[in-house]
Amino acid sequence: MHPIRKQRLLIVLFVVLFSSAAVGLVVYAMRGNINLFYPPADVAAGKAPFEQPIRVGGMVREGSVQRSDDSLAVRFEITDFQASVPVVYEGILPDLFDEGQGAVASGRLNGDGVLVASEILAKHDENYMPPEVAEALEQSGYDHKGQPK
Amino acid sequence: MIPEIGHFALIIALCLALLLTGVPIWGAWRRNVAAMSLAPGLAVGMLVFVTISFACLATAFLQDDFSVKVVASNSNSLLPPIYKFSALWGNHEGSLLLWALILSVWTASVAMLSPQLPLLVLSRVLGVMGAVGVGFLSFSLLTSNPFERLLPGIPADGNDLNPLLQDPGLIIHPPLLYMGYVGFSVAFAFAIAALLGGRLDASWARWSRPWTNVAWAFLSLGIMLGSWWAYYELGWGGWWFWDPVENASFMPWLAGTALLHSLAATEKRGLFKSWTVLLAIFAFSLSLLGTFLVRSGVLTSVHAFATDPARGMFILVFLALVVGGSLTLYALRAPAVSSRVSFDWISRESLLLVNNVAFLVASLTVLFGTLFPLIMDALGAGKYSVGPPYFNAVFVPLMALLIPFMGIGPLSRWKRDSAARWRSELAIPAAAALLCGLTLPLLHAPYNPWVALAVLLGGWLVLGLARDIWWRVRGAASLRQGLRRLTPSYWGMVLAHVGFAACVIGVVATSQYSIEHDLKMGPGDSEALSGYEFRFKEVASVRGPNYVADEARFEVWQDGERVALLAPQKRRYLASGQVMTEAAIDAGLFRDLYVAMGEPIGDRGDWAMRLHYKPMVRWMWLGAIFMAVGGFTTVFDRRYRRQRSGARAATARGAQYAG
Repeated sequence: MHPIRKQRLLIVLFVVLFSSAAVGLVVYAMRGNINLFYPPADVAAGKAPFEQPIRVGGMVREGSVQRSDDSLAVRFEITDFQASVPVVYEGILPDLFDEGQGAVASGRLNGDGVLVASEILAKHDENYMPPEVAEALEQSGYDHKGQPK
Repeated sequence: MIPEIGHFALIIALCLALLLTGVPIWGAWRRNVAAMSLAPGLAVGMLVFVTISFACLATAFLQDDFSVKVVASNSNSLLPPIYKFSALWGNHEGSLLLWALILSVWTASVAMLSPQLPLLVLSRVLGVMGAVGVGFLSFSLLTSNPFERLLPGIPADGNDLNPLLQDPGLIIHPPLLYMGYVGFSVAFAFAIAALLGGRLDASWARWSRPWTNVAWAFLSLGIMLGSWWAYYELGWGGWWFWDPVENASFMPWLAGTALLHSLAATEKRGLFKSWTVLLAIFAFSLSLLGTFLVRSGVLTSVHAFATDPARGMFILVFLALVVGGSLTLYALRAPAVSSRVSFDWISRESLLLVNNVAFLVASLTVLFGTLFPLIMDALGAGKYSVGPPYFNAVFVPLMALLIPFMGIGPLSRWKRDSAARWRSELAIPAAAALLCGLTLPLLHAPYNPWVALAVLLGGWLVLGLARDIWWRVRGAASLRQGLRRLTPSYWGMVLAHVGFAACVIGVVATSQYSIEHDLKMGPGDSEALSGYEFRFKEVASVRGPNYVADEARFEVWQDGERVALLAPQKRRYLASGQVMTEAAIDAGLFRDLYVAMGEPIGDRGDWAMRLHYKPMVRWMWLGAIFMAVGGFTTVFDRRYRRQRSGARAATARGAQYAG
């Protein structure tokens, strides 16, 4: 074979090999590892799947946070003022997690409609509201700080 | 008054950048030596005026001039002076000014440190960099003026710098990162200049190689500092989150790594010329994309455009111009520079090709994962998030696939090599690496196959290099003489590859061996973690310059000996009322002990505590430092210096005949 053509073949082979490996990996990784955001109203309406990774965000309902006495287990409700989703979590909560503040919980819904969270995200500073949460609140007629409009 | 001077200097800098774009490129086109000779002066002038502007903003921050909007919203009179200074780039407007400053530093450096460049090439290169400067300076002036005043109604005090950013790591992280990001503009400018001139030969690669290496080294350091900062400052012991902002800096690094290796093939063998140009365009485009992602607010939400559509649109249009323009130029010019050089299947060229494809594919998969949520959101298909599992599942196997080839690379030969030679050269390193992989993980129970694999791969890289060095110094009279004969670019390569191996081992070992206990503890409690006993003594109140804190005091005991005192804090910053976790870390080469406070629980003085044991976590940062030092070392190679002698005469000649 002509050396230049052989070289081109080589290049094409490498590219095909690596990119098909990459596409395979991407497809495989995408199957289980992306999660979709649901406002609490959608969860209450049964639109969210059970036992699949999802995120739910809204305000932490006032008076809903209950801590265990002897472990780091905590239970609270996330609300968009239309519906509430109970969340259980065991671990350290972020610095700015508080009642009446915005938060996003990622985890899986169990059969009782409780979100078993593996991670809780709160805002990073006083003025920031997770954008999904702001939008979910907007839809139920509240501004991004959780005040009725 | 000072902010107005700064504003005015920035406008002058923009005018100089416009001239720098227009005049030298016109001169190169018309072969007008006078116009071309203006380029270095204009580049230095741009640096001077951007520096004045930067100094004015820094003065406003240091003097607490709260009539300037960015100072009022990002600084505070209680802030320690060093953080007042670094607050300059802790916000959108100031960090853009830093971007522009660093771009002018690179542009002026190219102008001053390239006496070997023909004037024709130099003027084109500086012209392209001037065009990038126009983009950023006008972005700064038109959409995000850092000198905007709050008049009337000057606030009595500022809003304070986000406490997360009040940290020594964050003083130097952004400048280093930008040095890397913006440094790729030099490689980009050389590529575009070569396309404009239609001459893509080995000399082009030789000119742009040291610049690219230095930019890459800075970027490595910047990314490493960001990871280290996240580790000790964010308070939960993670060091890489595949967060879009991190990916924004990591993608140019991946493309830049491919570019470094491709430039090697282009310089030494005149191969992959068009491909190298494409990579240079790609690396810089990813830098711009990173700036766009971080700066436009598109990451918080696609709809954040609505809050300030001008900024997002500006960068998007600029990005489209740069990418579209350079690709069009590439399409017009690249066929003219195709190579006629051939190489064998089994050769260093093929191995470099593997490197290129692997790093390019890696950066594309990271790009896909980063943009996927944005695309889906823009299409109204729902709010997805792509988390670390995706990136790990894609990225880790790709790198693992690359390392076997990477081990062969340094001792392979250009053009034609033989599998038999590789086998005989690498049989001993392979056996030794296998032995290390099988035995070394025994030191840490329980035996972990992933760590074994990482040690095997890392050992393969390091031992292959050792074999190569031995082979190279064998002929010399003494070992010392032989080592001295090796070139700086060779040492740079060795350092970077050893650093990569250290990174691989560090990442895998710390991911596999880390032990994390989150639990409730009261003073007097203790908890054992991998042979270390963490004794919680007391909680005390302490006061810092601009915060008050609860400080937990821990003693760590091992085998009846006290090995460390740890005092993590929970701070409340006075100006913003923001609460921050300050972790306490006892660092070591083989293990870190990490304690961070959660929140108080109940009324008996109990706290949620996070205790971590993290083996070999330092290795990945040390590895990154090795890579960066390697990148810097290559610049001292004699072949870059030799060209300087007598280059002045060639400059004038080049102006007449080159291109």
